This record gives sequence, structure tokens and C-alpha cells, in this order.
Amino acid sequence: MGLPISEMLSTEGKWFGRLGDAADSILSTRVRLARNLKGMRFPGRALEEELSGVIHRVENAAVAIPELEGRPLVQMAGLPVLQRQFLLERHLISYDLASNAGHCGLIFAADESVSVMINEEDHLRIQSLRSGFHLDECFAAASRLDEQLESSLEYAFSDDFGYLTACPTNVGTGLRASVLVHLPALVLTRKIKKVLAGVSQVGLAVRGFYGEGTDVLGNFFQISNQITLGEKESQALLNLERVVRQLLDYESKARDMLLKDAGRQIRDKVMRALGVFSHAYLLSTEEAIGLASAIRLGLTLEMPGLPPVEMINEILLCSQPAHLQLMAEHEMSSEERNAARAELIRERLSHHAAA
Amino acid sequence: MKCQHCNVAEATIHVKEVKNDKVSELHLCEKCAREKGYHSLVEKGKLSIASQLVWMAENLYPEGTARMGTVRCADCGLKYSEFMKTGRLGCPSCYREFSAQLKQILRRVHGAVRHVGKAPGQEGVQFERRREIQRLHEELERAIEREEYEKAARLRDRIRAVEASASPEGEPVDEAARTPEAPQE
Ligand SMILES: [Zn+2]
Ligand SMILES: [Zn+2]
Repeated sequence: MGLPISEMLSTEGKWFGRLGDAADSILSTRVRLARNLKGMRFPGRALEEELSGVIHRVENAAVAIPELEGRPLVQMAGLPVLQRQFLLERHLISYDLASNAGHCGLIFAADESVSVMINEEDHLRIQSLRSGFHLDECFAAASRLDEQLESSLEYAFSDDFGYLTACPTNVGTGLRASVLVHLPALVLTRKIKKVLAGVSQVGLAVRGFYGEGTDVLGNFFQISNQITLGEKESQALLNLERVVRQLLDYESKARDMLLKDAGRQIRDKVMRALGVFSHAYLLSTEEAIGLASAIRLGLTLEMPGLPPVEMINEILLCSQPAHLQLMAEHEMSSEERNAARAELIRERLSHHAAA
Repeated sequence: MKCQHCNVAEATIHVKEVKNDKVSELHLCEKCAREKGYHSLVEKGKLSIASQLVWMAENLYPEGTARMGTVRCADCGLKYSEFMKTGRLGCPSCYREFSAQLKQILRRVHGAVRHVGKAPGQEGVQFERRREIQRLHEELERAIEREEYEKAARLRDRIRAVEASASPEGEPVDEAARTPEAPQE
């Protein structure tokens, strides 16, 4: 079945439109569980008919689950490139799935807060997403979906190794919990490298989001657990939560320092960013992310007159290339996209200013 | 996965990049990542499967690796050497077939070789209980080996008690039926 694009383009009622805890510093929380079916070869080694069999079984299992009932199962085969990129931008599929032309698919809840990737590296990748900092809630949602699926699917599990996965880095709990944090003050005060080095020493992974060159783009960092064997889910979540709280603490100290040493410059930077963000006629993705980061910094400094954080999040999501082109219903050149992006941002922000 | 820059080394650093208005993912080896300036992402790489496999081949089984490489999983036919190359297993049975080697890798990657936490078909509590029974059984065997019969008797009672509490009606638990995917099947 095809992608319900018009439904998806309306942002009404979606997870990313909601305001979560610690939302000014934490963009989103994500939990995924890797699962495989008992007695079946992992997707990388399975035959085509086995793969389509897996899709079929997951589709049947999903029918009995309230959140997924009646939802279309999106087959990746035959899905246009633009729609794949759209799903990628929406965090519903991975880069690997987006570039996979074989028998793989996706099924997701109407609010996009839970989803299942089928035949990625593992037969099932159950995913849950929330705005802000909500590790427990996210895990609970993924875990509930896991149990509902399990009532009609038999998983590959061993008492020794736990849930068996194609890559041994995921075996055991199959849990990957990650938090996307925004740490502009630590970047500005040049403390970020040291802080992140500490994070990777406690067994968590850090991924940056880079622009051209070496500058960190938008000051966003994804922190996630690495260990899946010999550590309970609750413990992994607790470790991650502790470290993220610590990062927020460092960030807040760095912010105080910035305000003390360069308060005027920082406020100037924030308001200039808002000026460009709300009035420009051409904006690249990179520039938009950079400006949004500065405005977010202003929000954490409780500066008045800034758009709310959930609006910034939504704008960043919807102004990505595939989103713009699907909204316009035609392909666009890079310059056309930059113009459309700026227009979308101007329009949303003027609504906010008028309200 | 090979490094996208040099195409030689295994990619251990994964970077999201925005270039010409397109978000893409870069998969780089440590050296290339450093050269491209992604310093903060270049950690020890101590958790990457690829580097573990290389480490094992060089240190643990210098001559055994070649022999082990030709061993195949009986179920899916994956050769151990293929796993060494891709870092991906072929099927659930691979975990049983390559169990000894995998345990070495898992110990280094996760610092453990035994699952704790959620399990299918039961509450976490029941899983913990089954694990407890398993542990007691092992202790019992050791006690019998050492001819510590008093201890063995105490352990047997303890096992019975735990087993009784594991099933709601106090029925004895049929271990075989309750153990999915037992590695020795
Ligand atoms: Zn390289
Ligand atoms: Zn196998």
C-alpha cells in the first residue's frame, strides 16, 4: 500500500507537535527494540520469499493491535525516492531501509509515535518516539507494542543471549535508547569535546549532526546506550538518563557563564537569528538549522518574544527537502527549495507573531 | 560496512551530514573520520564489532582463525569467515554454532555473556525465577561433584520451592516446555 502522504503532511496530533519535559534542551527521545522471528534467517541472509513471508506475518500480527489496526503497511519496494526520503526525514525509517529496494516495509501509528520497520537488519525494529525527555514512557510504549506483537509472533530468543539479533552489538535486550540533546552553550564555550569524551567513556555513544566543514550543525548531539547484554533495560535507561541529566547540568552552567561574560553578544546573536529566520527569502537546510539552534538557545535563556519550542521543532521537521517537495507536489531545484523553506518559515512565524 | 572514504578499513564512525541541502549518512573508518575533522566522534571504537573481530583474529586465535573461518552454521550455511567480514550473523542458530567465539566477542563488546531483562512469553519476574533455578541447578551439580551432600539436599529443597512459586497453581514446572530456543536443541 502507498504512503498516506496528505495525512502525514498535516502535523495535527503528531508526537512532534507535543511539548515534552526539558523540551528546550532535549529535542526528542527514541527507543527501539530489535526482534527476530524464531527459526527464520535474518534479513541479510534470507531469500525473497522468506522476506515477504516475514512482512506478511508482521502485517497479520499488527491487525490485532489497536494503534496499528487499519494502518497501511508501506512496502519499500516501488516507493518513490522522494517518499523514502520523506520517511527518513520523519525518523520513521533508517538510512539503510531508505536505500533498500528489497522486501522490507514499515507500519506506523497515526500519530507516528510508534512504528515497526520490517526486514531492516533484523526482522522487526520496534520504535517509539517522544518530544522532550521521556525515556521511561518511550520504553513503555515500545515494550507494550513488543508484547502485543509477540502474542502472535514467536521471537528468536535464547536464555543465554536473550533476543537474538543479526549483529551481536544488539543481542540481549535489543534495546537502543537515544536522546537528541541541544548543547549550544557547551559548544560556544568550547567545552563540548571534553564533555562528550566523558560520555563515550561510560559506554554510551555520541553522534553529532554535522554540516559542511567541521562545525557541528545546530549543536545537536544524539546520546545512546551501547550495551545490550548483561544489563537490564531499566538499568540501561537509568544510566542514559543520569548522563543526559549531567549534560543538561553542564549545559546550564555553561549558559550561566556565557550570560555573565557575554550576555549582550548572546542576546544579540539570538535576536539576529530570529530576524533572519522570520524575514529571509532564501534559506538552506543548514542555515535554518543553525538559526533554529540560536533561537532555541534564546528560549533556554528565557528571552521574550521568541516562538515556542514545539513550533521550532515542527518547522525544522517540515522544512526538510522531501517535505517541501511533497507539500508542493512537485520536484524542486535546490534554490526553489530554499525559497519554499524560507516562505514556510516566514508564514508560520508571522502567524505566531499575529497570535 | 566499509569506510566510504578509503573503501578499505571497516567503518566505525557514523556521521549525519547536510550537504547541498541533502541529509546523508557518512560511514567512515577512524582514520578518515579524523582526517575529515570529525574529532569528537572518534572515540576508542572499543565497542565496534568490526574492531573486535580484528582484535580477536590477531590476538585470540592467531592460527585458529583460519581453521575457524571455514566452519559453517548448520542451519543457514553462514561461514564464520563471512561473519568476520560483515559482522552480521545469518540466523538465530548462528549464536549456538559459533557460541564459543561469540562469547569472547560479547564479553569485550558488552562486558557480559548472559542476558538479563525482558524475555518473551513471561513477566520479567518469571524470567528472573527461571534464571535463579538454572543457577541453583548449576550449584547443585557442583555440590554433588564435590560430594557435599548436605549442601546438595538444601539446594534441591530450594529448587523445589522456587519452582513451586514459579507456577501460579503450585504445579511443578515443566522446564523443557518452558525453555524456548534452548541452545542445545
Ligand atoms: Zn577510511
Ligand atoms: Zn546461521
